[in-house]
Amino acid sequence: MTTNELPVWIILPAILLLTAGGLLTVIASIGLLRLAPFYARMHGPSIGNTLGLGCVLTASMLISSALAHRAIVHEILITVFIVMTSPMTAMLLMRASVHRSKAQKH
Amino acid sequence: MNTLFELAVTFAQFCFALAMICATIRLLRGPTAQDRTLALDTLYVSSMMMLVVLGIHSSTTVYTDIALVIALFGFVGSIALAKFLLGREVIEP
Repeated sequence: MTTNELPVWIILPAILLLTAGGLLTVIASIGLLRLAPFYARMHGPSIGNTLGLGCVLTASMLISSALAHRAIVHEILITVFIVMTSPMTAMLLMRASVHRSKAQKH
Repeated sequence: MNTLFELAVTFAQFCFALAMICATIRLLRGPTAQDRTLALDTLYVSSMMMLVVLGIHSSTTVYTDIALVIALFGFVGSIALAKFLLGREVIEP
């Protein structure tokens, strides 16, 4: 079974989720490129990437489950992992930035 | 409907390529080291999403495992760089 034979009620949410994921990711990256101070630059990728990744992984779960006629939930592993680790990376980077700017002043 | 699906997949791939280009520019240009670390973090997440969309396009589940490995190693790399920027030892005894 290929993607040609999928029913409409699977394809339509997948299209919407893929488009939303792509737009969110590109907005996050443009924010990373354009915003001025580091603390403003930080919040774009750490929010937008997580949401975009959630959209894309949900679309992937929908398509692969419909193709195999059973629930395939491998993508939940990636989702849980990213949701756990992305705030941790952001927090550590923020603390590193505060530490470095304090060390520069002295 | 299938043409629309192909179009959506191509659009998502284009968006991720654009996101990777933006992150690469910030990686090359970033004034401080933490900017570069943040850009590297964004770059690996974007490449992971590109792999997931490739897996949707070719309707296999092989790419999911590759994406999981990229997520693991990217997280370890980002945490190691951030702890190095904090001025501590990367691996504390």
